[in-house]
Amino acid sequence: MTDKNKLKSKTPEGIGGGSLRDAIRVPALAVLTGLIIGAFAIIISGANVFTAYGALFVGSFGDPVRFFTGFQQLFSTGETAGLLKAIYPFTESLVTATPYIFAGLSVALGFRCGLFNIGAEGQFFIGALCSAFVGYSLIGLPAYIHLPLALLGGAAGGALWGIIPGYLKAKFGAHEVVNTIMMNWIAFKLSDWLLNGPMKASGFRPVTPTVELSAQLPRFFPDPIRLNWGLILAFVVAYALYWFLFKTTLGFEIRSVGANPDAAKYAGMSIVKNLVLVMAMAGGLAGLAGSAQVLGVDHWVGQGFSAGYGFDAIALALLGKSHPFGVVLSALLFGFLRSGATRMQSMAGIPIDIISIIQGMVIVFIAAPEIIRWLYRIKNIKAEETVLTRGWGK
Amino acid sequence: MTGLLPIDVGQIQLVGEAIRHTSPRDILERGVAHIPEDRQRHGLLLSFPIHDNMMLCTYYQPPFAKGVSLQQKTIFDNAEALVKQYDVRTPNIYVNASTLSGGNQQKVIVAREFSRPIHLLIASQPTRGLDVGSIEYIHTQIIKKRNEGVGVLLVSSELDEILALSDRIAVMYKGRIMDIVDANKVNKEYLGLLMAGIHPSETPKAKSSAAEKVF
Repeated sequence: MTDKNKLKSKTPEGIGGGSLRDAIRVPALAVLTGLIIGAFAIIISGANVFTAYGALFVGSFGDPVRFFTGFQQLFSTGETAGLLKAIYPFTESLVTATPYIFAGLSVALGFRCGLFNIGAEGQFFIGALCSAFVGYSLIGLPAYIHLPLALLGGAAGGALWGIIPGYLKAKFGAHEVVNTIMMNWIAFKLSDWLLNGPMKASGFRPVTPTVELSAQLPRFFPDPIRLNWGLILAFVVAYALYWFLFKTTLGFEIRSVGANPDAAKYAGMSIVKNLVLVMAMAGGLAGLAGSAQVLGVDHWVGQGFSAGYGFDAIALALLGKSHPFGVVLSALLFGFLRSGATRMQSMAGIPIDIISIIQGMVIVFIAAPEIIRWLYRIKNIKAEETVLTRGWGK
Repeated sequence: MTGLLPIDVGQIQLVGEAIRHTSPRDILERGVAHIPEDRQRHGLLLSFPIHDNMMLCTYYQPPFAKGVSLQQKTIFDNAEALVKQYDVRTPNIYVNASTLSGGNQQKVIVAREFSRPIHLLIASQPTRGLDVGSIEYIHTQIIKKRNEGVGVLLVSSELDEILALSDRIAVMYKGRIMDIVDANKVNKEYLGLLMAGIHPSETPKAKSSAAEKVF
């Protein structure tokens, strides 16, 4: 062992060896290829690709011209309305990305332990309902108690929704794919009942009462900007999950169980404990996604609240290689794409489903990275492959 | 004896203490080292770096961890030292264990298991699939441990290896221990008969009829 070995720096954790560049290469190309295929879809639908993607860009980031006029207005008249309108698209993209970050972390944590958490959708909804309940039913609490309590309520609700399939998997080998999907359905039906009954606000719509001001996540800017502290919380939680997974003994156990349960058992780790813990934590994270959405953006819960966040999160986690930082980047990407797509729909008349096509293609490329490697002639570097399924039963 | 399967009947006594219902971690903490038969499946996390594999069994104990927090520097230093001491051929300790050759993977396992104080070493097929140099090396290490007073249970299907290393030999046939003999009193043929279920101490007449039963 010569001194030259000391020069080689350690590789970033959690990407299965190899450099950061190698790890990003396939996902980045998957996104690029997805956008190219989306372009083909746009051409086929008869629209102009440049108008479409231009509208997408403006929808996600904002119109540069408006920034300029907004600043002008601010300096000349002291009015902020123009500038606020200019940054609205950008902040809305961040707002859209926030629940994606939490939900993506939830699914990614599951993958790290070899668990496929399809239940993020239901956990999201339950978490939202619990948060909303704490938010509207407790009156007169100061914000520094009410808000954390409401967030905790959401996380706890989600954790409960996750621990049930987790326990069934750990003790009986019942596959979490089946059980989390079933828990989703229970969540949907339960919420239907709750929103039409015990949790219904006065009036005709099946929605909860609005949460108290003391439980709302504060916003950074005046209306109409909805950007709130939920985003900061998301970043903090992402870093915390990174530290937990890669710098602690528990995180090491979780990753070991996910990578090789036989060796984990040999090393004395408890498979049961780790499976249950991970499903509870993953449920909690997805529940927190629902919390952040209720407390920061909508301030009430209605039917269809979870709106596919949990399922999109699966694609997110895969794109981000189940690494917290990768998930944040992917969530930002998805958030910007989704947010810009609504604009693209109104401006260029492109149906919002184009984004679903792009997202779908990205998932295909991530699930079958050989396609990307073949397309772009990349050599395969033996990296950590995400365990999607271990088969049924024990 | 490694805690990976539950005990059906009876008990184990380790250094005078009886063990019955127990787990791999409990047995590990009592000073037992286990070199598993399937080194890639049970003994290593192939997609993890070498330094993580070097502390696979002791990651939760000080000095590798302070509470729940992993001590990176200690982990790296430990791996560097072990890689040097056991001459594991690798560009550095940060590459995945999957990049190592079979012999070097086994060296990592041996290095890890020998790096903590042990009373008993259970080595199952420790040199299966290895090159001559690595086989020599593992044998030397096992004898070294024996000389330090560690009990060694060697499970192997290589008669040469067993005869070279063992003081006593137990032969199993269909789940039963046929006999436990002194290594310097037997040869391969004797062991072979035991392995086939025939006890060589039987009379020639009985031996031939027993041989017929076998065939």
